[in-house]
Amino acid sequence: MDKFNKVVDYEFVKSLFFDKMTLLFGGFGGVGTPPSLIDCLIDSGVKNVHLIGNDAGFPWIGMGKFIVLGRAKSLVTSHIGSNPVAGELMNKGALAVEFSPQGILTERIRSGGVGLNGFLTEVGMGTILAKNKPVVKIENKEYLYEAPITGDIAIVHAKKADKFGNLIFDKTARNNNPLVAKAGKITIAEVDEIVDMGALDPEEIIVPGIFVHYMVPSGGINWKWVWET
Amino acid sequence: MGDIRQVIAQRASQEVCDGMIVNLGIGIPSLIPDYIDQSIRVLFQSENGLLGFGPTPLNNPDGALCNAAGYPVSIVKGGSYFDSATSFGMIRSGRIDLAILGALQVNMNGDLANWIVPGKRVPGVGGAMELAYGAKNLIALMQHCQKDGRPKIVKKCTLPITALSCVTKIITEMAVFEVVDSNLNLVELMPGYSLEDVKNNTEADFNISSQLYN
Repeated sequence: MDKFNKVVDYEFVKSLFFDKMTLLFGGFGGVGTPPSLIDCLIDSGVKNVHLIGNDAGFPWIGMGKFIVLGRAKSLVTSHIGSNPVAGELMNKGALAVEFSPQGILTERIRSGGVGLNGFLTEVGMGTILAKNKPVVKIENKEYLYEAPITGDIAIVHAKKADKFGNLIFDKTARNNNPLVAKAGKITIAEVDEIVDMGALDPEEIIVPGIFVHYMVPSGGINWKWVWET
Repeated sequence: MGDIRQVIAQRASQEVCDGMIVNLGIGIPSLIPDYIDQSIRVLFQSENGLLGFGPTPLNNPDGALCNAAGYPVSIVKGGSYFDSATSFGMIRSGRIDLAILGALQVNMNGDLANWIVPGKRVPGVGGAMELAYGAKNLIALMQHCQKDGRPKIVKKCTLPITALSCVTKIITEMAVFEVVDSNLNLVELMPGYSLEDVKNNTEADFNISSQLYN
């Protein structure tokens, strides 16, 4: 890997994917999920993938496109309501779904990405999501312990990057991408516009390139948004 | 049916006051902005990383500028974009003045159930648990009864709860309740409904506020 030019092609990315990998993905309802990397994942033929991301997308949008193929083994997420196929797979026992409160999931990913060992929270106390989670008592108050999350591979979508992998995002397409980008053993960013080092204003960089391993040029959004259908 | 939702949304819009930071859930709460007086200064927060969203743009909606339901919005003056960790940091740490969420059941002491009907509807929890935990005030909106007529304001939630003792107000097409010190107070009857209607369709015990007769 050339640290100062991380741009690779999709054939190379395919070779990084493997069966049973844990794959973290950025995006919220498909907004900010990397479209060309999703197609690359589908083309790679991998199966029994353990997915971790905000939601299951829509059947034709974002990670939803991969989930409907039945090649995901499990999904840690906050929401699957926009992808009925994910619900069917879950009810059939073909997809193991673990629900996490949305911001807690984000924070678990953040924790994993920044070298911390999890955190304590009261969110979820007294609910069915507290089941099987360690309870920690400090000064007579009880908290749930939330474990950190990392992935074998993390995929994100950025609007602009330089060749070192410094990333800038696009409005609400930022969402959990900056956290996901930090939590991959290998992080791959799909980028709309890649520029030379020095061409970005250092003040506007959201994710420093140190967290990014590879980049691919984006083919652009290739699905119809739900409000366009 | 559509009408009832609008009636509830319109009544709920009166709870949004000048100077507030507000988070609106999906469903009935998402109808509220249409009813808010233009003179009221308010910033709407969206979990996906936006503080200060405005109406759906009439021209050229932007796929990268959406609300938490995935629909295009605009950004108002003073608005900002941020990542999900910052977004839920705002929510958990009590920076949201008012959250207005849809509900499936609320019980007498303000426990909220709004994310799962086991065996039937499993959309997932989204950001509801954190909004319920962190928002300074939480208003639950719902139709007063289920489709089969069973009450949704209950003695004890039979559905898995979202958070304990979090609801501060309930607005339905029949009535408005406040939750004060783990007790329900009926504070308002909605147009067209009598105290008898509310009594007959509410399982939970409730006090009748003196202001009801003012």
